Amino acid sequence: MSENTHTQEHPGYGLYIVVWAGLVGLTTITVALAGFNLVGLTVVTALAIAIVKSLLVTNYFMHVKTDSAVFKVFIFVCIAIFLVVIILTFFDLTYRFPLK
Amino acid sequence: MDHVSYLDYKGKHKGLAGWLLSTDHKRIAILYLVSLIVFFLVAVTFGVLMRLEMLTPGRTIVDPQTYNTLFTLHGVIMIFLFIIPGIPVVFGNFFLPIMLGAKDVAFPRLNLLSWYFYIFGAFLVILSLFVGGGPIDTGWTFYVPYSLRTQSNVTLAVFAAFVIGFSSILTGLNFIVTIHRMRCPGMTWFKMPLFVWGLYSTSWIQLLATPILGITLLLIMMERIFGVGIFDPALGGDPLLYQHLFWIYSHPAVYIMVLPAMGLVSEIIPTFSKKDIFGYGPIAMSSLAIAFIGYLVWGHHMFSTGISDTSRAIFSFLTFIVAIPSGVKIFNWVATMYKASIETRAPFMFVVAFIVIFSIGGLTGLVLGALNTDIHLTDTYFVVAHFHYVMFGGMGLLFFGGLHYWFPKMFAKMYNERAAKWGLLLFVIGFNTLYFPMFIMGYLGMPRRYYDYLPEYKIYHIISTVGSWILVTGILILIINLIRALLKKERYTEADPWGGTTLEWKVATPPSLENFDEIPVVEHGPYYRENLIKPEKSH
Amino acid sequence: MNNEAAIGHAHRDDLGSKMGMWLFLFTELLLFGGMFILYASYRYMYPDNFKVAAMHLDTLIGSVNTILLLTSSLTVALSIAALQRKQTRFSVYLLMFTIVAGGAFLVNKYFEWSTKIHHGIYPKGPEMANLSDGEVIFYGLYYVMTGLHALHVIVGLVFIGFMIVFILRGKQTFDNYQKLENAGLYWHLVDIIWIFLFPLFYLIH
Repeated sequence: MSENTHTQEHPGYGLYIVVWAGLVGLTTITVALAGFNLVGLTVVTALAIAIVKSLLVTNYFMHVKTDSAVFKVFIFVCIAIFLVVIILTFFDLTYRFPLK
Repeated sequence: MDHVSYLDYKGKHKGLAGWLLSTDHKRIAILYLVSLIVFFLVAVTFGVLMRLEMLTPGRTIVDPQTYNTLFTLHGVIMIFLFIIPGIPVVFGNFFLPIMLGAKDVAFPRLNLLSWYFYIFGAFLVILSLFVGGGPIDTGWTFYVPYSLRTQSNVTLAVFAAFVIGFSSILTGLNFIVTIHRMRCPGMTWFKMPLFVWGLYSTSWIQLLATPILGITLLLIMMERIFGVGIFDPALGGDPLLYQHLFWIYSHPAVYIMVLPAMGLVSEIIPTFSKKDIFGYGPIAMSSLAIAFIGYLVWGHHMFSTGISDTSRAIFSFLTFIVAIPSGVKIFNWVATMYKASIETRAPFMFVVAFIVIFSIGGLTGLVLGALNTDIHLTDTYFVVAHFHYVMFGGMGLLFFGGLHYWFPKMFAKMYNERAAKWGLLLFVIGFNTLYFPMFIMGYLGMPRRYYDYLPEYKIYHIISTVGSWILVTGILILIINLIRALLKKERYTEADPWGGTTLEWKVATPPSLENFDEIPVVEHGPYYRENLIKPEKSH
Repeated sequence: MNNEAAIGHAHRDDLGSKMGMWLFLFTELLLFGGMFILYASYRYMYPDNFKVAAMHLDTLIGSVNTILLLTSSLTVALSIAALQRKQTRFSVYLLMFTIVAGGAFLVNKYFEWSTKIHHGIYPKGPEMANLSDGEVIFYGLYYVMTGLHALHVIVGLVFIGFMIVFILRGKQTFDNYQKLENAGLYWHLVDIIWIFLFPLFYLIH
């Protein structure tokens, strides 16, 4: 089968190290930001940084960026279902325990 | 390589080991079939005992605690060991690779492993009856906080369900990769048989919903063993979150049960109508749509639990949407039969029975999906009647339908069609006598899972119990008829007894070990007929 | 080899194998997803209690562990690249580094947990009765989620250990390395889960 030969260019060591440096940098930022009082934005910024980090890991370390498009669709479906479920759960919680 | 059938094949292992250690998808399917029928009959027995207990008010044959155990085990065994694995593990395993023109599933060893997980889980269920605090009495839903407090052996039973869930995940994973990677040349996505589309949708639910149940059950174990505070209201937990997580899996699981059955209908109808299916695309897409919408509606199991009004309205609205893709299927099936020269052979009659019974189940589902009527009917026999009409009348009936459709291909034996039709008739009569009175008594207020009842419900309970005897007679006739066929000496080697068009009817009966002597090349859609007589245009 | 076994191996399908792995990762993701739903719900219900409880977690240990896992992920990715370039020995060293880093993560986790347990903060522990409902739930989730994650780290390390053996025995080579890639995918997933666990448990202020 043609897929077995891994025809695409093998990524170099350099790219991986750059991505790793980015991940460490983002970790430092998120820890540093936790020291400030960002009021309601604490969770949002922490999650936003975590999402960027996981995108870096999936796209580069896990090769999703260069891999077959089918994996992007799969990941999208999986995340979409998780989001739908959590949003619907919160339709119960936010109205059952309204914020004061 | 010699053309040797999968039944006669002698590998490294002989006798029983040749079956228990075989990674051939057809042999694994037979392993599943035997185990499923055994568990089905066990759970039927529990059901019959429950009906017998309800024959008279007060004690008839068992005490209340035993009754609680009976309905719990009936539910756990039927749902986790029969209905959910059901059609995919038997007919999916056997026919998915053949329908795709492949030699086996993508991961044959994983396939065998998932059978062992299934059997191990079943063993744990049985074990849980005899060790620790004794048989579980929580109902199959394991609702907290009772499941955290009861002395009965919930921990082991829940672990059993976890293991069986793992088996289900592995099957789903295997099927998805098989469908993506193993289609023969020419078999494009829209040339796949509709049964495959049903399996594909089902597999995605198995894969993406079962882990949620897995973690929920694991957390119950954590709470019971280590006293970790998660759901226990005494430790600040919210029991409704348990119900959310439980139904986030268990509602989509309803579609795990019924989507393969619907796929089966889409196979049987064109075969006996001698026509191409009407509306292939919509039927295929409606399977995917049902699978997705199935994730959006779990809250309708919780209308009376105290979840917020806003979410109740949203869930009720979303529930109605499921009716659309289901309706699309029903209309397309009927349109396929329209003006066809239908052969009313035994497998087809199962489909006819299914459409009627399932429609009753589906329409009463709308009554329960509507918020206001549900408040009146929730936790009554109306609900019991409804889900038996959709589950037993849907998946259960078609499990037998599929068995009668593919039995000659699987075992190379032909059964007595007259006996099968009589068995089915008794099945349908018994089924309706058993469950229809439950709609009425539920409407009148008879609560489910109660051991005792007021005298005014007695007449309904008597009718219902009598119905259970008729139903069991029908089931026994069906099963004995098939066993008698199995015991016949001579082989039935007709490749295509019904005039089917999909690939499984083009291979030998029984199929050879590798299914195909050479991998086929597909040119037409799955239900294409060369000498199709076009129906005359109506005026 | 008998025919039966031969069917499954008649041809090698790397993409199919990788697809199977990804699908398995989704089940892992949703396994943790169920707990993230619980976490989100309880954090919504008990925002102040969660803040108080999180103060008692050691941000330094959490940060060090994050860096350890990120670096171990890097070395797994590099080891695949090394194998592709036929630098077998280098590839093995990188995997060994991964195991060391993963091991260090577990050691840190051990000290972190034992400090908490020493203070009586564990399910049914003596200190738990003095805590508010939300804090009890927080620690319940903390133990279950980090515990389950640690279990995944252990499983991942075992996988990678096998990969080292496979490479040394020549079963994973520059043109046949799907197993190593799958083990790597699993390890990256463990990393991603930690990327979310870390801010949610250690960085609430």
